[in-house]
Amino acid sequence: MSAPASPLTTDEGAHQQAQLDPTQPGRAPRSDGGSSYVPVQTRSERFKSTTTSDFPAVTGREIEWKFSPIAKLRPLIEGELDGGAWHYDTVATPGVSIAWVDRADASVGSAGVPEDRASANAWTSFERALAITIDGDEIQDLALERSRLDGAPRAAHTIITAKKHSRGHIVLHNSGAAQLAENVEIVVEDGADLTVVSVQQWNDDAIHLASHFARVGRDAKLRHVVVSLDGDVIRINPSVHLVSEGADVELYGAYFATSGQHIEQQVFVDHNAPKTKSRVTYKGALQGRGAHTVWIGDVLIRQSAAGTDSYEQNRNLLLSDGARADSIPNLEIETGDIAGAGHASASGRFDDEQLFYLQARGISEEEARRLVVRGFLAEIVQRIGSPELQTRLESAIELALVPEGAPS
Amino acid sequence: MSVLEIHDLHVSVETEQGKIDILKGVDLTVNEGEIHAIMGPNGSGKSTLAYTIAGHPKYHVERGSIKLDGNEMTGLPVDERARAGLFLAMQYPVEIPGVAVTNFLRTAKTALDGEAPALRGWTKDVREAMKNLRMDPSFAQRNVNEGFSGGEKKRHEILQMELLKPKFAILDETDSGLDVDALKIVADGVNRAKTETGLGLLVITHYTRILRYIQPDFVHVFVDGRVAEEGGPELADRLEAEGYDRFLTETSVG
Repeated sequence: MSAPASPLTTDEGAHQQAQLDPTQPGRAPRSDGGSSYVPVQTRSERFKSTTTSDFPAVTGREIEWKFSPIAKLRPLIEGELDGGAWHYDTVATPGVSIAWVDRADASVGSAGVPEDRASANAWTSFERALAITIDGDEIQDLALERSRLDGAPRAAHTIITAKKHSRGHIVLHNSGAAQLAENVEIVVEDGADLTVVSVQQWNDDAIHLASHFARVGRDAKLRHVVVSLDGDVIRINPSVHLVSEGADVELYGAYFATSGQHIEQQVFVDHNAPKTKSRVTYKGALQGRGAHTVWIGDVLIRQSAAGTDSYEQNRNLLLSDGARADSIPNLEIETGDIAGAGHASASGRFDDEQLFYLQARGISEEEARRLVVRGFLAEIVQRIGSPELQTRLESAIELALVPEGAPS
Repeated sequence: MSVLEIHDLHVSVETEQGKIDILKGVDLTVNEGEIHAIMGPNGSGKSTLAYTIAGHPKYHVERGSIKLDGNEMTGLPVDERARAGLFLAMQYPVEIPGVAVTNFLRTAKTALDGEAPALRGWTKDVREAMKNLRMDPSFAQRNVNEGFSGGEKKRHEILQMELLKPKFAILDETDSGLDVDALKIVADGVNRAKTETGLGLLVITHYTRILRYIQPDFVHVFVDGRVAEEGGPELADRLEAEGYDRFLTETSVG
């Protein structure tokens, strides 16, 4: 084994933590306003539990919460959640079964365990899980519309399973009112090929905290796409565990935050088997005062993951003053034997010179912004694999570009 | 017969040290089909003139006028000036990530004409214009100015000029940073555009080199925000031999 003596770590979050408390670089608990708090040095050792009360009270200084608007999230992090069944609309598809299963069902917990308190609260609170199971060699398309949640705090649990060698394309489309904490488990069995698209077009006051856990089997492939456009606070954290040789994941995200919106994604790819591959590409546009986006990309390549190939990147386009994009790639490598590992992060302005250049060719300011933002997000939106949905989202992106106060 | 008339143009910019006057009374008339070279030392206001005509928000017109066929351009937004028939080939074109050249060109053409160009004819025009400028067809799929070499950026500017067919084009130091082969390709493009559309040209340059390939009808020497001397092509030859020292000694430098 050619592993280095100590793990090579470029974890900016951990570095920052270390600066705050240089005497406690390891895993020793520290006192932080009365709450016991464990700084995490390696992502694999982050605390996990399905029970809310196992987590200490959230202060907002924790590594997983420090960018989030905690005050707005309290009801979901620590309040009581309605865990009953919720309404969805879909069209029956022969190769896909949808059923409510008991929380004691064997499939519950097969893809992951919560690493934050809101996720645990949802887990503790849900009564039955919605199980979507894909079987068969033919590609199965399913769109699930969730548009009739009420605005009361609630929990949800969804399990998407792609059986061995099956092929599926699942779209979860969210709209309407919501105050939702949920967990989505995604199991991609050996040889299966699954695309999961989650689209957020909630009402403007909606709050949505989601953890997606995926487990990708031998020579299986997962394409995971998150498109977040509308809602007050949207936080979707996908964790993908590549647990068998040849497992492959592509994670894409497109987001557009306008004035006052908070859109966050904490992506975790866990390479835990040889010859696994991951590609992470998230792109966001921001416009207006108080628009805030957060992207944290953790990639862990374990000792068991020789010959892996990984690359993660995040790009942000700031269209106006007063918007803020946080972007933190963390790459943690525990083996010296890798095929490739890299990360990139860049946030830039749609600056006056770009506007001048396009206008000098006769293009109006409005058209110029459309051109630039559409081009910027196209790389992601084109991955959705549904032309109809893609067109819908492109229109939604253009609508979000209309300056505040203008008739829309 | 189109005409671009600049009269008594005074232009300032805001800097951290306060307002600075750059153009101090410029008079210039360019008729359709004419090539005017604007020469002068660094800091004399050549590029300011170019950007002011195009309408860059950084430059404030204090006095004077810029008229295209009698219509006042000062005060008009940048895109409206372009639609009126003005074009600026920029010295430092910016990158537009994610926007392919082909999409950009079609969007600009549509904005200028008020309707989308007929697909077949347009595709052919783009292909031929690119071929003439020795640009590989794959260029059309690249993102605007992203990763372009200096020469590719300049060729792309001239490509736009040939396809968008303005009444008047201002070339802001299009020659700078080009080797002689690239310079000839670019100059051929400019001459071709003039032959085909009869546009008027304002060629801004520090050096006389480009004027061997693009023959000016008139040469104007800018010094300290004014036209210090005007003449025919022979003035360029004289500048080639003597440089700008003659003009600089007449003004207080610094």
